Amino acid sequence: MTDIKTPEGADNPAGAVDPTATPAAAGAPGGPGGPTAVAGGAGGLAGRRFEGLYFALRNPKVIGGLSIIIFFLLLGLIGPLFTDFGPRERNVGPLGAPPSAEHWVGTTWYGQDVFTQLAYGARASFLVGVSAALIAALIGMTMGFIAGYRGGWVDEILMTITNVVLVLPAFVVLIVVTAYLGINNHFTQAFVIGIFSWPWVARAVRAQTFSLRNRDFVDLARLTGVRPLTIIRKEIAPNMGSYLLMSFVLLFAGAVLFAASLDFLGLGPRDSMSLGLMLEQARAANAWILGVWWWFIPPGLAITMITGAAYVTNVGLDEVFNPKLREM
Amino acid sequence: MGRYFGRKALIYALTLVVAVTLNWMIPRFMPGDPIGQMMGRVRTSNPEANERMRAYYEDLFGLDQPLWQQYLNYWRELFTGNLGISTWSFPRPVLEIVLGALPYTLALLIPAILLSWYAGNKLGALAARRKWLDNSLLPLSYVLTATPYMWLAILLVWAGGIVLGIFPTARAYSGNLTPGFNWTFISDFASHWVLPFLSLFLVALGGWAIGMRNLVIYELESDYSNYLSSLGAPSRLIRRYAFRNAMLPQVTGLALQLGVILGGNILTEVVFGYPGLGKLVLDSIAARDFFLLQGVLLFIVIGVLICNFIIDIVYVWVDPRTRTGMQGASV
Repeated sequence: MTDIKTPEGADNPAGAVDPTATPAAAGAPGGPGGPTAVAGGAGGLAGRRFEGLYFALRNPKVIGGLSIIIFFLLLGLIGPLFTDFGPRERNVGPLGAPPSAEHWVGTTWYGQDVFTQLAYGARASFLVGVSAALIAALIGMTMGFIAGYRGGWVDEILMTITNVVLVLPAFVVLIVVTAYLGINNHFTQAFVIGIFSWPWVARAVRAQTFSLRNRDFVDLARLTGVRPLTIIRKEIAPNMGSYLLMSFVLLFAGAVLFAASLDFLGLGPRDSMSLGLMLEQARAANAWILGVWWWFIPPGLAITMITGAAYVTNVGLDEVFNPKLREM
Repeated sequence: MGRYFGRKALIYALTLVVAVTLNWMIPRFMPGDPIGQMMGRVRTSNPEANERMRAYYEDLFGLDQPLWQQYLNYWRELFTGNLGISTWSFPRPVLEIVLGALPYTLALLIPAILLSWYAGNKLGALAARRKWLDNSLLPLSYVLTATPYMWLAILLVWAGGIVLGIFPTARAYSGNLTPGFNWTFISDFASHWVLPFLSLFLVALGGWAIGMRNLVIYELESDYSNYLSSLGAPSRLIRRYAFRNAMLPQVTGLALQLGVILGGNILTEVVFGYPGLGKLVLDSIAARDFFLLQGVLLFIVIGVLICNFIIDIVYVWVDPRTRTGMQGASV
């Protein structure tokens, strides 16, 4: 990994973004180490792809993290089929009843079924998380590839824009934008989150592209007259496959937290159900004073487990792609 | 060093312009009519009064002038410290309301940011060399960083305020007290402060611990560490060098983390009904008082920029490369 030198300077020992900086921009919480070692980049080479899969299936962190994510994904996808109630339907059971055979996770103070709300909430989290991560990854990659490959004044301008967005407190900006826009569906929410979450991806992709663009195989492609876009797509991007995958996982976790936080402030879609909105309704009803703990513990636990599983998967993937970390 | 500061100053100036412009643009170009919404709250049955009310508001917020003029006015007002007038608590200026809430937010944020940073780095560095600590601390840190601020706050209210009944569950001080420098008020304030502080401190702590642990492990495996140990240097010395080198990204990280902790603070204050800037954000959204919302958020953005600048100065002090003219961290 020593051969990948970041233009950022030696204060970036991990070869990518500052490990603390990555999650900082990625989501509401402090975030874990982030994709510390990109250098595993080599693991993403076409020929090694199956090797990556081989190690991924033997890495307990990847397996554990993915299992939790898949569990919640299934809950969101098929959970609603197992319930006879609507997520906002009131008085489907006793008011504020503890978990029972009838209502698996209990009911809210308004007699709504908590399991139903959880299932629809998980669905919303995945919808927003995946689409916001896709949008952010697309913007970040485009900016990073162009800045890193073209260099010069193009790089200067793109990186200045990136740094400006990076210093803006994303969540605060999201509050203003969503408060005025009046978000009414999950895709709008995902779009708004996506366009404010990309800067750290852009910086990391740029750093990587910078180091790759002067390699022999890229020079060779350039000499044979391959167009820049094709070089980026065919020569440079595949070498960063593992890193882009890890970035996507972190973006997903960040977007889930952002969405839940906005919903909690009452700035999300009000006509559907989400995990953040469940917490908001529990707060508004003072659920903790009423002692209805099954109202506010499950949604928060679900958010924590989804994002935590994404972080752990990320660390596991790091070990898979970076042979140096593998024996640890 | 001059180049370093020049670059930083440019970024901050541009960020401020972008933030102010966004703040100015959104109510004017987005769908929805803020004046109309305000009218909705004060509307009377008298059409003439409504008309005068609207004219008054448009004049008050300068919406009857051409756009470029409005934009310049906005900046001028900003530099004279005029953030507009709140519609929620009507004749009060936004600045006055914000300044009233600021001390409460600072009382939560400054200790939470500094203590979590300090303790997290210490813990992370310890975990990097003690296997048992690593095995227990690392999973816990992952859980903490993944926890949404508002949920941890809710759990703390429930556990500390309701189940154990030790701490008050809301507000910054008991309703029958008036703020002042006396023992009764200070102790009451402190007991209200503990839970919101913890909710901010714990989430951030996990992130710093993980970051520091990874960095120290990386430094301990690097060439200079191996070289030192092959020379027979005591491991204490090597660890000290590793720690020093790992600190640099953590200082940069602090600057980037500011915005995140601030966001967390908004959520925490909402849960605890703590009368700081965060609760002001929620109140202004609930009351559709967009002028107050803009004022608070602009204040927060400026605060983040000032803190970033302070961290940049500190960075010059801890990283010799920025002093000798070589580039240090690049934001």
